Amino acid sequence: MYKFYTILKYSFVTLWTMFVVAPFLWALSTSFKDFQSVNSKVTYIPWVDYQPSLEGWKVLIKSPAKGGVDIVEPYFNSIFVTCTASLISICLGTLAAYALSRFTFKAGFVKNNDITFFFISQRIMPPIVLSIPFFIFLSTIGLLDSLIGLVVVYIVLLMPIAVWIMVDFFNRVPKELDETALIDGCNPYQAFYKVVLPNSIPGLIVAGMFCIIFGWIDFFFAFILTFTEVQLLPVKVVALNSSVTPWWSLSASALVSVAPLIIVAFVVERFLSKGNLSGALK
Amino acid sequence: MNLIANNLKYKPDHEFHLNDVSFNFKKGNLYTILGRTLSGKTTLLKTIAGLLNPDSGDIQFEEKDFGKIPVWERNVAMVYQQFINYPHLTVYENISFPLKQRKLNEEKIKTDVNEALKTVGLIGFENRKIQELSGGQQQRVALARSLAKKAKILLLDEPLVNLDYKLREQLREEFKKIFSEGFSDETILIYSTTDPQEVMELNGEVIVLDEGKVLQTGPAKEIFENPKNLKVAEISNDPPMNIINGAKNSNKINFENIDIDLPKHFTKLENKNYSFGIRAAEIKLNSNGIEFEVELAEISGSETLLHLKRGNTKIIALIEEVMNFKIHEKVRVGFNPTKFYAFNEDGSLISSPYGVYNG
Repeated sequence: MYKFYTILKYSFVTLWTMFVVAPFLWALSTSFKDFQSVNSKVTYIPWVDYQPSLEGWKVLIKSPAKGGVDIVEPYFNSIFVTCTASLISICLGTLAAYALSRFTFKAGFVKNNDITFFFISQRIMPPIVLSIPFFIFLSTIGLLDSLIGLVVVYIVLLMPIAVWIMVDFFNRVPKELDETALIDGCNPYQAFYKVVLPNSIPGLIVAGMFCIIFGWIDFFFAFILTFTEVQLLPVKVVALNSSVTPWWSLSASALVSVAPLIIVAFVVERFLSKGNLSGALK
Repeated sequence: MNLIANNLKYKPDHEFHLNDVSFNFKKGNLYTILGRTLSGKTTLLKTIAGLLNPDSGDIQFEEKDFGKIPVWERNVAMVYQQFINYPHLTVYENISFPLKQRKLNEEKIKTDVNEALKTVGLIGFENRKIQELSGGQQQRVALARSLAKKAKILLLDEPLVNLDYKLREQLREEFKKIFSEGFSDETILIYSTTDPQEVMELNGEVIVLDEGKVLQTGPAKEIFENPKNLKVAEISNDPPMNIINGAKNSNKINFENIDIDLPKHFTKLENKNYSFGIRAAEIKLNSNGIEFEVELAEISGSETLLHLKRGNTKIIALIEEVMNFKIHEKVRVGFNPTKFYAFNEDGSLISSPYGVYNG
């Protein structure tokens, strides 16, 4: 019976893995094809089915004037916007989360939990609800179609994630740890950055990774808040899909754009499994 | 130059955590705060440390108003019942942390830390991470950190409660040694606990706290011998003192149709109803004694706690050997008449075997 379940378990995992990995393999295979091998017949295996070429990859770094698609600039735009927005979100979010976890706020019927929920509620709304306000807001302050404007919008989107993760994390750090720091001669700021922060690194990394993932994969806001001046990577990749789609370079650019997330996912997975600090404090 | 508190009150919600607490603690002394869980012990210690602000009342130390000094400038040390250390630092760094905060020079820090490590017996553990230590060792690190500070007020909040039995005994012995040897006349030591035995062994000045109110203060022996009222008698004994409602006649005391010869120290009492108190250890198995029914027999270590019942009267007897009893079995027990206490209807002590007579 035990053996039966093991087989069942592993066959399910194998099936699921195939389901998830197959599109990537297909994209990988397609990225090495040329016009001929994409359009003639269905082919899978390089050297056997078709002759691989590096053309799809080469055009990624060529400028459009020379017939390339140039994803270098959107790539750096995406890195800038995602990292800046994530960094600011983590800094502000961590401070907000610490305050929400440690101090009692009261404004009429609004208490700590309500404020925390207010942050999370930003993520409950479908993004399209926010699109028009954001558009009007950015055009009013003249930041439409600019990197700074995107950073501002992404902070609004990412900070709730940081607050959410860090509130939960700080709630698991016993209050007595801060109190001990105070008794040992730290003022409240020192207690925060000398004691609480160094013990929150696993939480900070997890929150940071989530911010990066959600910032990096956003297509919707990057699409509606930019036109010609600035382009982010997801928009650029989708834009390749025009009347004559270069499937080979589209696949290559798609692979290049998900590559950072694969690295991030591995890091997050490691920290998620050992990120629990409460055990260390008993 | 004492630590003086006047009428401390703290009522964060609907219940008093501190209700009119006043005290005068002298330097060089050990004070134990005895009270049940949620009696306000931790609140009192946190108020002294400055982590909580009382609603009213004030604390003074060395002629200064403590209320105006923030926690980090108060020069107090505190050990929590949870083992609180800095998990990101090693043992050495943990102990030196408060000293570094004070910006002492490296040499001084080193000698102070080593001295504290020696006192708690953790030499050789300097570079260990906190997570690698056992619970007892973690609590030693916390203790070493507060000793190394040489703070003028040392607060220990039930430091042994989360340790297992054997370790607790061992650490309690060491505490006694540290408290008697390692302390200058400059330090006020305040130790809170729920365990009456700990209070008796540490043998300091006792403050009995219940529902935020100070019920009695005095030396440990005094609290043990003459608990001021029923509550104190209950809190300061483990198992709690047996309280039996009965009446005194001219030459007998009577409860549940039992007559016991009048204890000598009761002769001056009025003839009326009292609550009689007797400790579990003063009730012994005795084949000529009075019949009770066994409700429950708990074996703990080398002792048996026998929960007995007769009519409406329930008592606990402490038998100093391991014995097996069946539930509902009838046993005969004898009371030691010289050890009876008598409490008035309002709960106050009227007569004790150790000579208090309020009647």
